[in-house]
Formats: sequence, C-alpha cells, structure tokens
Amino acid sequence: MMKMLGLFEKLGDNALYYVNQAGRMGIFLFYSVVSVFRPPYKIFPTVRQIYIIGTLSIFVILFTGAFTGMVLGLQGYHTLRKFGAQGLLGSAVALSLIRELGPVLAALMVTGRAGSAICAEIGIMRISEQIDALECMAIDPHRFIMAPKFMAGIISLPLLTAIFDVTGILGGYVVGVKLLGANEGAYFSSMYKDVEFEDIYMGFVKSLCFGLLIIWISASKGYYVHLERGGGFGAEGVSITTTNAVVLCSVAILLFDYFLTSVLL
Amino acid sequence: MNAQPVVRLIDVWKSFDSQPILKGVNLSLMEGKTTVIVGASGQGKTLIIKHILGLIRPDSGKVLFYGKEINSVSKKELMEIRMNFGVLFQNAALFDSMTVFDNVALPLRERTKKSGEEIKKTVHEKLVMMDLEGSDDKYPAQLSGGMRKRVGLARALVLEPRIIFFDEPTSGLDVAKSNEIYRVFFRTQQKLGYTAVIVSHDVPKILKLADYVALLHDGVIHGCLTPEEFQLSQEPLIREYVETTMGPLYSSETEEEL
Ligand SMILES: Nc1ncnc2c1ncn2[C@@H]1O[C@H](COP(=O)(O)OP(=O)(O)OP(=O)(O)O)[C@@H](O)[C@H]1O
Ligand SMILES: [Mg+2]
Repeated sequence: MMKMLGLFEKLGDNALYYVNQAGRMGIFLFYSVVSVFRPPYKIFPTVRQIYIIGTLSIFVILFTGAFTGMVLGLQGYHTLRKFGAQGLLGSAVALSLIRELGPVLAALMVTGRAGSAICAEIGIMRISEQIDALECMAIDPHRFIMAPKFMAGIISLPLLTAIFDVTGILGGYVVGVKLLGANEGAYFSSMYKDVEFEDIYMGFVKSLCFGLLIIWISASKGYYVHLERGGGFGAEGVSITTTNAVVLCSVAILLFDYFLTSVLL
Repeated sequence: MNAQPVVRLIDVWKSFDSQPILKGVNLSLMEGKTTVIVGASGQGKTLIIKHILGLIRPDSGKVLFYGKEINSVSKKELMEIRMNFGVLFQNAALFDSMTVFDNVALPLRERTKKSGEEIKKTVHEKLVMMDLEGSDDKYPAQLSGGMRKRVGLARALVLEPRIIFFDEPTSGLDVAKSNEIYRVFFRTQQKLGYTAVIVSHDVPKILKLADYVALLHDGVIHGCLTPEEFQLSQEPLIREYVETTMGPLYSSETEEEL
C-alpha cells in the first residue's frame, strides 16, 4: 500500500514537473515572439546572430548536404536500375531532399552546432545572474537576448536548407551521372518535370518551423536552467541541460516532421 | 523633511528546502535615506535585496513599492518600477562577453536615446569616477575582483537611479579604494538624493554613510535605528554585534554611561 502511494506520488511529481515545464516554455515562446515584433527592431544584433547561427553553419551544411546527395544518388541509381527507371534519378534525389532530408538534416545539424551553443550561453548567463541583472536594469531579456536569436533562426534555417538541397542535388549528380553513368539530360529534365511548387513550399514551411523550434527549445532550456530537474548546479547543470536541450530538439524535429508532412500532404 | 517609505517589507517569510531563512522580515526604506543592512554571513541579506528587486517571491508576506505589491504587478509595471533601480550584485554579475565599456554603456544604449558621443562621454565619466580609466576594452574575466566590483558600481550608477541596491560594494577593495568609493557614494547621494540600500560587512566605516542601520539576525530584522542609536543600543543582539565588529572601545564607553 505504501509502495503504491509512493508510486503515485512519483507519477504525480513527474506529471507536475512536465506540465510546469511545458507551461513556462509556452510563456517563454509567447514573450519572445511578441518581442520580435515590438519596435525598435534589433537589426545589428540580429545580423550578428544570423552570422553565428547561419553563416558559421554553412560549411557543415555543405559537407553533409553533398554526402547526403551522393548517397541518394548511389542508392537511388541501384534501386531505380532494377526497374529500368534510371531516368527518374534526378527527380528522386531532388524530391527526397527538398521534401524531407533537406529540412530535417539541416535542422539536426543546426541543433548540434547552434542549438547547443545557444542553450549553454543563456544557461551560463542565468547561473551567473546576468539575466537577473538585465531584468533589474529594466531591460527585457526576451527583447535583448531572445528576439535576435529567434529572428536569426527563422531567417537562417530556410536559407541553410536551400543550400543543403542544392549541394545535395549536385552531389547526386556527381555520383549518379558522372560516376555511375546515368543520363545527364534525364537527371535534370526529370527534376524540372516532377518538382512542383508544393514540394518547395513544404520544404520551406518545414525549415521555418524547425528554425523556430530549435531556437525555442534551446533558448528556453537555457533560460530555465535553474529549474531543470536532475540538472545539478553550475557548470554541470548547464552541461546536463544542454544535452537535454539537444535531445529534445532532435526528437521534436522528427516528431514535427511527421506531423507537418501529414498536414501539408 | 518628512520621509515616506519607498519600499516596505511586511512579514516576509522565505524557506529553501523547508529550511526557513527569512522569518518575518519587516523593513521600511525611507525616501532619500540610506539604509544599511548588516548581519553575519549567510543570514539572508542578499535574499532580502532579491525580494525587493522582485527576483524572488516570498512564501508569505508582502513587498510593497510605494504601496504597490511588487509580485502582483504586470510585467510592464514591474519594468517601470525597475527603471528607477541601480543594482550592484554581490558577484557584480557583469556581462562576461562584453567589454567593460559595453557593460557600462548597455543601460544607456537600451534605455535612453543618447547619441554615441554622449554615451561615450557619460561612460568615461563614470569609469574615471571609479578609477577605471584605461580598462575600457578589457573583458570582465581579465579584471581583478575589486575592479569587477567597481565596473558593477559604474554600471549601477550610470543612469542616475533613484533607488540603489549595493550588495557589499566594498568587499574585495583595499582601504584607500573603499574610502574613495564611500566618498563617491556620499557625493552622488548629495547630488541625486537617491534612496539607498547597502549591504555591508564594513562596520564601523559604513555607518558614516548610513541614515538607518538594520541588523539581520536569525531571519528577523532587529532595529532599524540611526547609527548613533545603533551603536548605543542596549538590545543584547545589537550590542553583541557592535562589540564584536567594533571592538571593546565602544562597549566600555557604554558601560561608563551606565
Ligand atoms: N537559491 C537558493 N537556494 C537555496 N538556498 C538559498 C538560495 N539562496 C540563498 N539561500 C540560502 O539562504 C541563506 C541566506 O543567503 P544570502 O545569500 O542571502 O546570505 P547573505 O546574508 O547575503 O550572506 P553573505 O554576507 O555571505 O553574502 C543562505 O543560508 C543560503 O544557503
Ligand atoms: Mg550576500
């Protein structure tokens, strides 16, 4: 009986914690998004964040994009050859990149590079009382720290995804056409024929949502690092919270990907 | 001059992990006056300041700012209240990825419409006042502990606040520097007429600045007295504190009077 009570207590505790966390993350998102739209706009800090989140991610995106495209070319060519449909290689590579892999993989890369950095940065600001100091100076941390990051995330992710898609398509071209000898003309013409506006639109919406999701989760995890359970304190607290943020981001990206696909299809 | 309370704490209780720290704190901060909070380490002095700043909610009791409860006002109102604050945290809480100059300039940039030139001038004024010229481009990690404190003070004073909260402004400073800081406080207080709360272990020197002294002991404020009354108080706790911090000199004086 006592054991049962203990179990229920734990369950209730857990439930409360997660409801609480969801609540504060919701409030966090609300305040941050509102502050993005409130003038005066923070143009210079936003550009700086675009540099940190976007520009500095380009190399990773180019690299992973190229290899993803290359493996798609390789796999696609061998699979399509079984049906004698090598001519469709171009559209197969392009569609899988534009609709799925581009947004998802670019988002996962940015999570690893920028999401973790954002969480750690804000977490350290929290534990060293810098966020309290901002509040006491009547400077809204949402406006001052979060708004530029949110703007930058929403602007960067679609652009990075576009870069990912293009390098991927070129990677597929190198492997499929140059290495394996698929028809060069067919590679591009099938792409022209089969890729429609809806496909690009879907990729665009996804990357936009992922951009928001990454910044939201990593920034709010950092912002509430002192409330993170099992987080410990100080440096270890920040490190555990950062790990949690990256895991949650990645899971959320894949969940949302399914959700968005089913809505947009 | 009939001073009215700017901030009032009424029966504030706060526990951490069911260990009570503040056990019914009552304190009024008078307009234009300097209140010094003293007390042993770990008694909750910093905690009291954080309650007044609205960073921590009391378990029970009220924190009133001009009669308004600081924990139940809207975010916007809280912001407006904090416009009047100048705060030095115990650890200075400088923005560690910004230079000294940017740290001090930040309130001006975010809260005023001053031009770059004016900002530069004001910031340099404050840095000179804190004896920090030449450290503009350093980062907080490159400063000594005492320098960090002084940057924190410069940042707290840069907007000419109406209420200041200084948590141990002179800990970590040498005697000459801390005397200089006290002189700066005195002059700025004369000029701005601000209300001040200073937490300090620097008794008896800090008493020269104080209009009121409050002793925090065991979660309760003992006496919010003028420095003279405080030093001569017969209340055992205050007397013990005065004796331990100022030596037997004072106690023999009071004994002679008896
Ligand atoms: N966030 C917190 N969680 C748990 N306990 C806390 C927290 N903040 C403060 N305390 C406890 O409250 C007590 C008072 O802390 P506070 O920092 O106010 O002391 P203080 O009077 O400022 O001491 P000092 O003179 O050394 O600065 C301490 O025992 C501390 O352990
Ligand atoms: Mg303290």
